[in-house]
Amino acid sequence: MKPDDADRVTRACLREIAPEANLDALTPEADLRQALRLDSLDFLQFVELLSERIHHRIDEDDYQELSTMAGVVAFVSSRNEH
Amino acid sequence: MGEFRMPSLGADMDAGVLLEWLVRPGDHVARGDMVAVVDTAKAAVEVESFETGVVDRLFVEPGTRVPVGAPLALITPAEVSPPDVSPVTSPLVRHLAVDRHVDLAAVRGTGVGGRITHADVESAAAPSPPAPAPARPRASPLARRLAAELGVDLSTLTGSGPGGTIGAEEVRRAARATQPAAPEPAGRAEAMRATIAALMARSNREIPHYHLAETVDLGTALAWLRDANRQLPVPRRILPAALLLKAAARAAVAVPELNGFWTGGRFVPGDAVHLGVAISLRDGGLVAPAIHSADRRTLPELMAALRDLATRARAGRLRRAELSAPTITVSNLGEQGVESFHGVIYPPQVALVGFGRITRRPWAVEDLIGLRPLVTVSLAGDHRASDGATGARYLTTVAHLLQQPEEL
Repeated sequence: MKPDDADRVTRACLREIAPEANLDALTPEADLRQALRLDSLDFLQFVELLSERIHHRIDEDDYQELSTMAGVVAFVSSRNEH
Repeated sequence: MGEFRMPSLGADMDAGVLLEWLVRPGDHVARGDMVAVVDTAKAAVEVESFETGVVDRLFVEPGTRVPVGAPLALITPAEVSPPDVSPVTSPLVRHLAVDRHVDLAAVRGTGVGGRITHADVESAAAPSPPAPAPARPRASPLARRLAAELGVDLSTLTGSGPGGTIGAEEVRRAARATQPAAPEPAGRAEAMRATIAALMARSNREIPHYHLAETVDLGTALAWLRDANRQLPVPRRILPAALLLKAAARAAVAVPELNGFWTGGRFVPGDAVHLGVAISLRDGGLVAPAIHSADRRTLPELMAALRDLATRARAGRLRRAELSAPTITVSNLGEQGVESFHGVIYPPQVALVGFGRITRRPWAVEDLIGLRPLVTVSLAGDHRASDGATGARYLTTVAHLLQQPEEL
């Protein structure tokens, strides 16, 4: 998946979980959970949604790659090869 | 007799606004059925009927502010009520049915003597395979679950996702749109803060608090959980929070002096462990609804209950019974990022349990120093109802339970 598409999918998922958050203010290196005030339940729902959208199971072991916007986009780009 | 009155939904409530009727004259209601949605200063709450019978007349129009105790409707007690819940259903199964939105009257019991079992309710709740004919609206599993919980008809929505898939946000928007006008967000947030402020001030004024804390090694528990989660599909993933809640609930069974209420100058023990869970709302408010009989739920059930409560809390769809039930409350599970805190008890409860953030720290493991995930468990206790020794027993029980996650 191209980084642009990965970015789009990621933002769409974040918007569903945190509809009132200002995603445009999010820098690539900002910690997602802190910036968007996601608690563990929110984050799990985000992972679940993303996992479903990219048709790839996301394990808890993958979480360390998913702390920033840049990290998630990189993860999604590399995992979804179509 | 037969009058459905505005219930008191909180210690400081003297009036509420009737938002919505969930029944009409002529409807059969059983004791426990949801009949109305009432707005308190804190949230929109679904309220159940205490009578079984037929709705005769509705006295009050939606949007009307009514004092606690004033009649809202007339329900004629019926001699022959609609198919009654089988008397041989255990409270735990009944709670499960409520959580899964299963009508027990429609379930056939496969247990001994026609008893409705856990499994019966689970299979009644499981979504049936899609029927071949009517086009099933394409929606993400999250959207589907939200739609079921919030009562949104997916066929009325147009999806904007790929292939016309309906997403969770569309469902949430639809749920909000169908809710009758409630005080606007700014007004409600203010009102909620005022109510919480009053409750906390009262708590500090009236309750002599003692505070204890204990650091617990979660290494074993989290490793066990990681393994368990590897076998589970993502939607069934269990959070550490569920483990902590289960331990808190089981410990309350072991130390019943902390599970109950201080009323009329004495301690009244709870009849079960209804664990209040503090949930932050995205507008900054806080509610603490109960998970009924939390000690008797399995870990997956507890996780599902937690998710369900959080979703409905944020959508303003909590039930009266959930808000008035807690016998002991667990506060913000380390989500706000601090390691420990001194909580303030919600009267008339007598204890508040807090779990801080799980952090990796050096710790003695055998005779070496290792890095372990640690959590600080804190307890605020009402000194009229218990003393430090009792509180200490509670915390060491929690610590002990968390060393054997497979038993939780």
